[in-house]
This record gives sequence, C-alpha cells and structure tokens, in this order.
Amino acid sequence: MARKSTTRRVVVSTIGAWFFGFLIFFPILWMVLASFKTELEAFAIPPSFLFFHWTTENYATVQERSDYVLHAMNSIIIAGGSTLIALLIAIPAAWSMAFSPTKRTKDILLWMLSTKMMPPVGVLVPIYLIYKSFGLLDSRIGLVFILCLGNLPIVIWMLFTYFKEIPRDILEAARMDGATIGRELVYVLTPMAIPGLASTLLLNLILAWNEAFWTLNLSTSNAAPLTTFIASYSSPEGLFWAKLSAASTLAIAPILVLGWFSQKQLVRGLTFGAVK
Amino acid sequence: MGQITLQGVQKSFGPVHIIKGADLDIADGSFVVFVGPSGCGKTTLLRLIAGLEDVTGGAILIDGKNVVDTPPAKRGLSMVFQSYALYPHMSVRGNIGFGLKMAGLAKDEINRKVEAAAATLNLTPYLERKPRELSGGQRQRVAIGRAIVREPKAFLFDEPLSNLDAALRVQMRIEVTRLQKQLGTTAIYVTHDQVEAMTMADKIVVLNGGKIEQYGSPLQLYERPANLFVAGFIGSPKMNFVTGESAAQKGAATIGVRPEHLKIERDGGGGWQGTIAVAEHLGSDTFLYVDAGPLGMLTARYIGELSLHAGDRVSLVPDPARIHRFDQSGNALRN
Ligand SMILES: Nc1ncnc2c1ncn2[C@@H]1O[C@H](COP(=O)(O)OP(=O)(O)OP(=O)(O)O)[C@@H](O)[C@H]1O
Ligand SMILES: [Mg+2]
Repeated sequence: MARKSTTRRVVVSTIGAWFFGFLIFFPILWMVLASFKTELEAFAIPPSFLFFHWTTENYATVQERSDYVLHAMNSIIIAGGSTLIALLIAIPAAWSMAFSPTKRTKDILLWMLSTKMMPPVGVLVPIYLIYKSFGLLDSRIGLVFILCLGNLPIVIWMLFTYFKEIPRDILEAARMDGATIGRELVYVLTPMAIPGLASTLLLNLILAWNEAFWTLNLSTSNAAPLTTFIASYSSPEGLFWAKLSAASTLAIAPILVLGWFSQKQLVRGLTFGAVK
Repeated sequence: MGQITLQGVQKSFGPVHIIKGADLDIADGSFVVFVGPSGCGKTTLLRLIAGLEDVTGGAILIDGKNVVDTPPAKRGLSMVFQSYALYPHMSVRGNIGFGLKMAGLAKDEINRKVEAAAATLNLTPYLERKPRELSGGQRQRVAIGRAIVREPKAFLFDEPLSNLDAALRVQMRIEVTRLQKQLGTTAIYVTHDQVEAMTMADKIVVLNGGKIEQYGSPLQLYERPANLFVAGFIGSPKMNFVTGESAAQKGAATIGVRPEHLKIERDGGGGWQGTIAVAEHLGSDTFLYVDAGPLGMLTARYIGELSLHAGDRVSLVPDPARIHRFDQSGNALRN
C-alpha cells in the first residue's frame, strides 16, 4: 500500500515536473520554430505548430545582413573578460571575508548586494556621460568593465558562500603543515573550491552573455554583442518575427550548449551551494 | 628538541577573558595532557601554542625562543585535529606527505618517509585512497601519520579520539602512547576524558575556567590534589566531600574521601551510617550509592563482589591516612 502510493506520487510529480518544464521551455521552442517559418507563417493566426513550410532562409538573411561572427566574438570577449576579471577580484575578496571575518563583514556583504538593488537606469546618464568623455562608448573594454562591476557583488556573494562551507580546520591543518598563505591557496583552498568556482564562473558567464541593458545602451556596432544584434532585428524596420527569431536562436545557441553540458554545476550554482 | 614554556599566557576574545595567565614548563619528550570541563579553555590554550590564535599577553617559548610572533607554519609543531581535518582532495599518500612537500623535500624522499609512516600505522594498503573512502579509525591514523612524518618538535592533539567508538579508543590510546614513547617527541594532548588523561600522561594540567588548577603527574594529582576542584575532577567515581562536624574534627572546612578509600561495614560499625540507595554490581567492582542523611549522598567502591543491595544499612569508615583536607577557600591543607 505504502509502496503503491509512493509510486503514484513519483509518477504524478514526474508528470508535473515535465509539464512545468515544458511550459517554461515553450517560448524558446516557439522561437526556434518561428525561426524556420516564413515571415507570413510566423504571425499567422491560427499559428501552425509543426506543419508549416520549413525554411532556413531567415538564417541566410540574418547572416547576410549583419556580421554574426563579429557579434558573437564580442559576446565572448565581453562575457568572458568581465567574468575573468570579476573572479580575479572576487576570489581574494571572498576569501578574506570568509576566513578572516571582522565585525563589519556582514555589513560589507550587504552593502555590496545593495548596489544590485538600484535600477541600473538610475545611473545610465552619468555613466553614459563618463563613457563618452573617456571614449569608452561602443568599446569592448568599456562593456567588459561595466559588466564586471555589475556582476561583482553576485560573484563575491557566491564565492563567499562556497568558501564559508570549507572547514576552517583543513586550512589550519595546512598552516600547521608548513604551508604559507600562497601555498595554502594553491594546494588546499583552490582544489576544494573548484566546484564552487566553476558554478560561479558559469553563472556569471550566462548573466554577462544575456545582459541587455548596458550592452544596448553603451554599444552600437563595433563592440556590440549578440544582445544588440538581436535588438537590431526588432523595432527599426517593423516586425520581422521570423528573422528576429533566427537572430535570437543564433544568439542563445552558444550559451545554451554551454549550459547543457554544465547542468550539474549550474544547478549547484543557482542554489548558491544550498544543495550538497 | 621540543621544550615548551608558557609564561603568563593570556587570551581574550573581545571583552571575554578566556585564558587568565598560564605558566607551564613542558620538558622535552614528555607527554602532557590538558584536562578540564567543557569550555575551560583547553582547545584555546593548545591553539595558542600552535599559533592558530594570537596571544593577548605573555610569552610562549619553544626551545627557549619566544614564538608569539612566529606563524604556525614556522613553529615546527604538528597538530592532530578532533575533526581529523584531512585534505579531502588528496590521497592518503598526499595527505601524509603534504607537510614534507611544503618543506621542499625531494619526491622519492617524501615517498620513502610516507611509506615508513604508513607502515607504522598499518595504513599501507590504503595509501592511494581518498579520505572519504576510509573508516573513522583509519582517518584518525592518517591524521596521526601526517603529524609524525614531519618529525616535529612537538605533537599537539585536540581530543583526537573523541569521535571513535569505545573499543577503538582504547586501542588508539595505547597506540598513540607507544608511538610517542618510541619517537621521544614532546606531546600535548587535550581531552576531557580523565581515563585518557591518567593513562597517557607523564604530567597532567588540570584547567578550570581558564586557569591552571594543578600541574603534576597523574599519581600526584590523585594522591595530593591541590584543591577541591582537582580532587573532584580526578578520580572516578568522584571523591566524596563532607562538610560540617566531621570536617571540623579534622580541622578542615571540607574533607574528601575517595570511594575506594571508604571501608564498607554492615550496619552498627563506626564511621558514617547510611542506607544504600543504589548498588551497582559490575563483578569486578561494586559501587554503592549511600544516602547518609545529613552528610548527603556518599559513593563507596568495593573491589570485587559484595552482596549488599538497595535498602540495606551500612556504615562507611574512611581510611584515616587517605582523608584529604581543604580549607574554607577550597585549597588543600597539608599536614
Ligand atoms: N573564537 C572565539 N571567539 C569567542 N569565544 C571563543 C572563541 N573560541 C573559544 N571561545 C570561548 O572560549 C572558551 C573556551 O573554549 P575552548 O574551545 O578552549 O574550550 P575547551 O576547553 O576546548 O572545551 P571542550 O572540552 O568543549 O572542547 C569557551 O567559553 C568558548 O566559548
Ligand atoms: Mg576543545
């Protein structure tokens, strides 16, 4: 009896999970499907789900009209660069807060997080003007810099939670074993923190890849990443849903593949280390 | 060499005074045990010696050199943690050899030393395993191996056996003692198990509330406790304390008699009268918990089997040569 009811629960919850999973995934699926339709079919009512005239013409057009490779390169440089720099700053910061906390550590952490609570648009004008006078508009360096700063609080928070989980005893054991701070970092702390570092890196890559506020506002062509590339298919020339979908599909493809292969790390990252 | 001297060592955590001035002389090669109730500062004192905490005042000398400003890595001591604190990502070989690697030894020399240490501790079959693939006792031995392989000036142990089951604890206790004697390395060992303290130590430090109550050999502590605290803390079951008239007759505020120094007689003899509340028959020993009216509960121990039971009346006669006398403030009075 007990066994039967648990089997039923498993079945029900599995169906439920698939249902919600599909629900969440549906817009993406729809976008991918739309990218293979003609413009007419893309906003036909009633919409056709699978039985339409499949075409790759949108991709060809998109490729022709704009330089996908350039934007993809920009995305890689901006997301990758900002993530790496953020990690370089965040590792020592989180490390010192996790292992030699002071009375103010909590306050500092909260203060860092509080910067994320302000809507970015609040500082758009000053930042725009600063960028303008420093010639950083539409430059990769400028975008790397702003995205790095934007994600730094989250990166530090994540690393802090991971480092906190590492038993102090083990670091002290290393110290007793004659390891200097540097070697302790290299031989003991880093290997133990690699899962946490990996999830932080992945999550931050995704956040930076998808970031659309600063990239849209601070870049136009040369430094424009894929987000700007997508946006260029939305408003100016009316609605071209099929081409927009094709551009979006192209834009998310790399990160989707990355995410797919690192699901396990990502889940750990998104739950902030709550799941062991 | 590993002679350790503490001179007025103090430690505060913020406003809280934890170690209130400790003076101690630990001879090279001796086995010293810190005992005391939970929270008395044993771990703190050990960590101060290790250098994992900074002293608030006083000096710590290792072989005559003040090390209070020396980082733990440079003090030449090794420590075995209660939690074992093995490096989870390294094999047993890597764990034991880590200290040697940090010291910059050549690879084959590290291997030779690690294998020798592993052989001493019966760890040879497990050298390539990760800590999570070992039992508690094996992990403990790895932690000990990591400590001995570096040939430190002294070993520091913080309740290393408290996570093991009783049988293993006894076995490891003997192994640790044997190993320490064989290596001749100074050892400081923290425990709150007084059997461990009595059996392992050359000298015991009894700590209470951040103060050293007494420092001496196990038998000194047993036979001549310096005060009420030590008298009550060392020995199991606990020493009986009697105040009032019986104490005054001996010219003391309190007198203490160990359960094994009370002669048990049937009712009607001299000494302290009472009714047995609980009788424990262990075969080898008999423990009687006797309700002695105004004197309170007294514990008596008889070696061997004694057929007395709850409700029986007995009289307990203290061995006059074994009565400990204490003054008003709890310090022992010497004759
Ligand atoms: N980092 C710290 N900050 C503040 N107080 C501390 C700190 N470490 C220890 N204490 C306090 O110091 C006192 C002594 O602690 P310690 O760990 O030395 O006790 P112990 O004798 O080892 O006890 P146990 O037998 O339970 O291990 C305790 O009251 C504890 O609360
Ligand atoms: Mg302790």
